[in-house]
Amino acid sequence: MELQHVNVKLWLENSRPTDLEPLIQIFHGWIQAQGWDELLLDVADYRHVPAGPGVIVIGLEANYSVDNTGNHLGVRYNRKAAVEGSNQDRLKQATIAALNACRRFESDPRLDSKFRFNGRDIEIFINDRLLAPNTPATREAFQPELTEFLAKLFAGGEYSLFYEEEPRNLFGVTVRSARLFSSDELLKNLAS
Amino acid sequence: MKTSNPLWRDRLIGKMPEALASELDIFEAEINLRKMGKLDERVFMETRLRRGAYGQRYDNGERHDGKKVQKMAYPRPELTKGPNTLWDAPGMQRIKIPGGGLNAAQLETLADLAEEYSDGIAHITTRQDVQLHYVHIEDTPTIMRRLAAVNITTREACGNSVRNVTTCPYAGVCPDEVFDVTPYTKALSRFLLGHPDTQNFGRKFKPALSGCSQHACALVNLHDLGLIAATRTENGVEKRGFAVYVGGGLGAVPYQAKLLDPFVPLEEILPLAQAISRVFARLGEKKNRNRARMKFLVQDLGIEKFRELVQEERKALEPDPRWTTYIREAEQYREEPLRPAGRLPEGGSPEFQQWFRTNVRRQRQEGYVVATVTLPLGDITARQLRALADIVRRFTNETVRTTVEQNFVIRWVSESDLPELYEALQAAGLGAPGAGSIVDIVSCPGTDTCKLGISSSRGLAAELRKRLAEKSFQMDEAVKNLHIKISGCFNSCGQHHLADLGFYGVSRKMAGLAVPHFQVVLGGEWEHNAGSYGLPVAAVPSKNIPEVVVRLTERYVADRRSGESFKDFIKRIGKGEIKKLLEDLTRPPADQRDRSFFRDWGDPREYTLDDMGIGECAGEVISSSDFDLAAAERQLFEAQVALEKGEIEKAGRTAYQSMLSAAKALVKTELESVPNDPDRIVGEFRKRFYDTQKFFDPYAGGKFAQYLFGAHEKAGQPYTEDSARFLIDEAQLFIDACHNYSSRAEALITG
Repeated sequence: MELQHVNVKLWLENSRPTDLEPLIQIFHGWIQAQGWDELLLDVADYRHVPAGPGVIVIGLEANYSVDNTGNHLGVRYNRKAAVEGSNQDRLKQATIAALNACRRFESDPRLDSKFRFNGRDIEIFINDRLLAPNTPATREAFQPELTEFLAKLFAGGEYSLFYEEEPRNLFGVTVRSARLFSSDELLKNLAS
Repeated sequence: MKTSNPLWRDRLIGKMPEALASELDIFEAEINLRKMGKLDERVFMETRLRRGAYGQRYDNGERHDGKKVQKMAYPRPELTKGPNTLWDAPGMQRIKIPGGGLNAAQLETLADLAEEYSDGIAHITTRQDVQLHYVHIEDTPTIMRRLAAVNITTREACGNSVRNVTTCPYAGVCPDEVFDVTPYTKALSRFLLGHPDTQNFGRKFKPALSGCSQHACALVNLHDLGLIAATRTENGVEKRGFAVYVGGGLGAVPYQAKLLDPFVPLEEILPLAQAISRVFARLGEKKNRNRARMKFLVQDLGIEKFRELVQEERKALEPDPRWTTYIREAEQYREEPLRPAGRLPEGGSPEFQQWFRTNVRRQRQEGYVVATVTLPLGDITARQLRALADIVRRFTNETVRTTVEQNFVIRWVSESDLPELYEALQAAGLGAPGAGSIVDIVSCPGTDTCKLGISSSRGLAAELRKRLAEKSFQMDEAVKNLHIKISGCFNSCGQHHLADLGFYGVSRKMAGLAVPHFQVVLGGEWEHNAGSYGLPVAAVPSKNIPEVVVRLTERYVADRRSGESFKDFIKRIGKGEIKKLLEDLTRPPADQRDRSFFRDWGDPREYTLDDMGIGECAGEVISSSDFDLAAAERQLFEAQVALEKGEIEKAGRTAYQSMLSAAKALVKTELESVPNDPDRIVGEFRKRFYDTQKFFDPYAGGKFAQYLFGAHEKAGQPYTEDSARFLIDEAQLFIDACHNYSSRAEALITG
């Protein structure tokens, strides 16, 4: 099973409705600076849509956003371009990208610490229904990859899995770690 | 871009109509040919447009990032998908939905596509289409195949072709309709799609059908071809047919459609549409895109001559069995409910009651209602689309329709199901009240994604929506039902001409800086299929528009006469009074340290290039050219007032004078001593700004200069009410273009 278009969403501490307006300026700043692995192109503002995609910086290879799908506010990395390497490489690439974005938010004084990773909940999903239909077969095929990846991400720590049950939604899983991790710790785990 | 693209074709073989599958294979081959450089970029552009794959803002590879124009480092800068349009730059995919009709499976497919290829949002347009943004061109064949598998085509959604056939979303259930026009929409749509006689147009061609003349639902008057249901009794038998209108259109200068024939029987509708298409293809302008819509052809020929040509063309047509084979089936067409008719249970929460008041209307069929799903700015998420699919499966025969107000309507809901329906909509975030009210603001994409956008129509719409929703409980009933429509530029995709309060994006220089503005357009009529169009009254900085809305609505509440509509109120108090009311809002704030005034809604970037400085207004130099532009604005206002008073000649003459003043303003920047002679002004303008193409708008080209040349050529001829009105609109656009040129020129000098 080839996993492409991996999406990772890190749930935020503050899951209540938060003013996303400062993100617009921050994302425009990212485009000005172009200091990312992806070419960033434009900002899409969907604050008016309930439980929607929030505010997105649209990129050529991937989008970054603070997304409110499912009424869970989170920092999302949506990989659009194919990534070479193994499935482990792809999971790692998307998770690192989301964590790096989250770290930027956490350290940005304009956000006043309102956008912090909650330390435990990570959604991983595959934005391609043909490669990864949301079926038990996909879950079975994905499980070993996920186990290997999470062992590294949480450094052997315990976690629970909550698979997306609605078959029409993208194949995905929410991983809840038994203990809290900072984004820095998770990045360190993935680097080791 | 999607890894699975090559796999989808095989997966969907046998699930798509064969002809469509073959067309899409050809389109994919054309994509590959273009990538290999074996297909000319202009040819490819029209090819993709005819498949609904449209350009999007910044697709020339440049974007002003707030500090400077940034070259976007696309991986294949040499590869284009059209002139000045880079291959890798994201684009927009428009999806045609004839009559706005969708079923549950189609909603689910749209949800999947929005999620996988776009940004998770499907956008409903003012012509009942669906649009996906930020789509890569190489994903489009797969998107089209997946749509084809649920019987949707994107063919001719853009380009010089017959666009989506729009229809009243209440067709079949409206108490006032003559008959259900749904099957005729489908028949017309099928017949014209890919028809050989519709392949050689100079511009797009938009049809619409309505079941009655009194409501707004299909906006027939603003369409190239408009059909309104009618009946006639022959030998004691009632026969169905349509009143046929032609040559309506919004765009920069709006035209009301003209009546071609008060009654065309069913068997003549398709051949008549074919004959009209042939006349348009044969005689419509091909070289000058700015004069190529059918409204210009009808205007130039006159409706009598146009009618004569259509009749001749009709006689020459070879008979086609499709003209009539659909009729029997159409006459038997019925949409059936899923659940038995019922009565609304007593009670319900205050929220339900509020939603019921604004979002529910009774059908002509006893015990059934239509519920409107209000979408903020026409946007709906993938998950909401799936929830909507579930809802229409549960309560109806799986159908839903989009509306020109960028919402959905669910028809055939049993009244007794309303509380449950509301609950289901609420759970999906789709239960907002306020349908058709002042908070239900219509907006085109504007500067968010459209290449032509001048100001942020969606940013303004979101801001107004937020502010008005907060106050909607306390609003006067008369204000609650007003319509606000916003376009990001003069092209009217937001249909601002039809609103009580319409706005379209323009730019103006203030304190030496370009500042986003909106022209305020008042007095449009939404009812009667877009019965009349509003006129611009003042250009106001974007950030002051919410205050414009407050002042106009408060004044309306305070001063209206009993039962007086907003349109009549505006007409009664007159433009002079309105100008006074808004005068101070047209000026920059005294304290200009707050830069947000010079930016657009929802966009923190400075609107100008890189020359904005705090408090520079203190040292501002007003050139004599600026004074001439101000004089042009003044004269145009006088022309509007004259038109309002019925002084047609004066209105026409003064509008022409305003154009001369604006032209002179620009000529003066190069030739200080330009004489006050119209021939010299126009001659110098032509030589210095038109022939050199300096004045050309990046997208509209020389269109606005041609308005001046046309007005000059006709100067001295008597004006009619129509011609004076058109001239005023053209003068406004010409003056706007002069302001834009002036800002561009200044940016070049100081940049």
